[in-house]
Amino acid sequence: MTALRQVAPDMDPAALPRDADIRDALELDSLDFLTYVQTLSESGGCRIEEDDYPAFATIAGGADFLAAHARA
Amino acid sequence: MNERAEFVMPSLGADMESGTVAEWLVKPGDRIRRGDVVAVIDTDKAMIEVESFHTGTVESLLVGTGRRVPVGTALAVITGAPPAAEPVSPEAVSPEAVPASPEKRAARPRRLPSAPGAPHAPAPVASPLVRHLAEQRGVDIARLRGTGPQGRVTRADVEHAEPAPEARVSPLARGLAARLGVDLAGVHGTGRGGAIRAQDVREAAERGAGPPPPEAVEEAARPPAEPAGARAVPGADQERRREAMRQAIARAMARSKREIPHYYLSTTVDLTRALAWLRERNHDLPVSRRLLPAALLLKAAARAAAEVPRLNGFWVDDAFVPGEAVHLGVAISLRGGGLIAPALHDAARLELEDLMAALKDLVARARAGRLRGAEMTEATITVTNLGDQGVEAVHGVIYPPQVALVGFGKIVDRPWAVDGLLGVRPLVTCTLAADHRATDGYTGGRFLGILGRLLDRPETL
Repeated sequence: MTALRQVAPDMDPAALPRDADIRDALELDSLDFLTYVQTLSESGGCRIEEDDYPAFATIAGGADFLAAHARA
Repeated sequence: MNERAEFVMPSLGADMESGTVAEWLVKPGDRIRRGDVVAVIDTDKAMIEVESFHTGTVESLLVGTGRRVPVGTALAVITGAPPAAEPVSPEAVSPEAVPASPEKRAARPRRLPSAPGAPHAPAPVASPLVRHLAEQRGVDIARLRGTGPQGRVTRADVEHAEPAPEARVSPLARGLAARLGVDLAGVHGTGRGGAIRAQDVREAAERGAGPPPPEAVEEAARPPAEPAGARAVPGADQERRREAMRQAIARAMARSKREIPHYYLSTTVDLTRALAWLRERNHDLPVSRRLLPAALLLKAAARAAAEVPRLNGFWVDDAFVPGEAVHLGVAISLRGGGLIAPALHDAARLELEDLMAALKDLVARARAGRLRGAEMTEATITVTNLGDQGVEAVHGVIYPPQVALVGFGKIVDRPWAVDGLLGVRPLVTCTLAADHRATDGYTGGRFLGILGRLLDRPETL
């Protein structure tokens, strides 16, 4: 959520459905999305490949990915 | 030789007629060098940090903060530019000679009766880099005591500073607070974990100044800061600012369509090789160093503009004036509406990785409302990458006095014939809107041809 607020400070991501496409809902461009993924990757200590980006299109997808790949 | 020079209200874009000094970063007696940021100017579109074209000593400030004056008005007097410390030729010092804004020739500096020289206490001075660091670390630069020359806040000051306990402030809120003169320490955050949001700042501004910050004692040792209400920046409130920006865009675009006979060309480019190369390159890199396709597109556009110089420059007084380098304007949509197109300097010669970093920095600062004067005036050709928002092609309106605008649509998978076989390829529609006074369709066609070839050989970018 913090990562999303950073790129879309004027929106309230908490009000988003977990399966909504955040790029559409929060009007993110490719740079915003990269910043979002970068923040998650760095704060979660988790490698995220370009192939994994589609998972992060929704909050639920991103959370699942991080839960599955987070360092034990 | 003890020259006197005037620092004038610069023209920060074709659509700017007047501006307001939002903040002085120097005071009488300060030594400044050419290129130092001396003031923050509030145009209708953004807060712009403006550099001095002179080296010398600030003799006086002629216009106080909060006053709206026309472009060309003398804002400050700078004296004693010692020739030894001034590498540029004398004529380059005159504001009219600034190649960045050819428009300025028309606007002779007009001298206003000097304002009562009531210099306001300058806010802490810090370079954009230091500001950025402070923002990242959640340090409020306004509460720091700078240890650099003239109280400049240095990198070390920021690094040693304790992040404020409620340091979580959205960049929008921080920018807004600075504009409205609201002390963030007195703002109650309603975001998650007490984070301060733009709305909180607005409410605090309406209520008036909040409770005095706990650091007030320390503050007392410094020159008194301006009271919150003293910053009568026009359009300071969000709604009016948005309306002002709309008006500014309206003026520039109406002028463009009134004066510029546009012609439009488009071509479709197969990005298979470019994307494969990008993928290979990004593999194994941390996210922070990865390149976006946008970086390739921008670099290719800049290189193509360098090869077709007739499209890179300005149309002024019925003649084409070539740009001295390719300063690539990048159209950036602002959250909450509006558009701004600051320049990536010398983009054709930037390494891809540097261009990507510069782009990130530019977008972040554009959205936070902190751009540099040179970025606002020096673009020689502009690119709009509206494809990022999903459209397949964009036929742009040229930003006067430039003579061309390049548009990139969305990268889409489509059937495409290669060597007699039909395959699915990632394609992008590249368009060019160009000024028919400056060039003919043949020149524009050459530009798009070169652009396509460059994108097909990404390793050369």
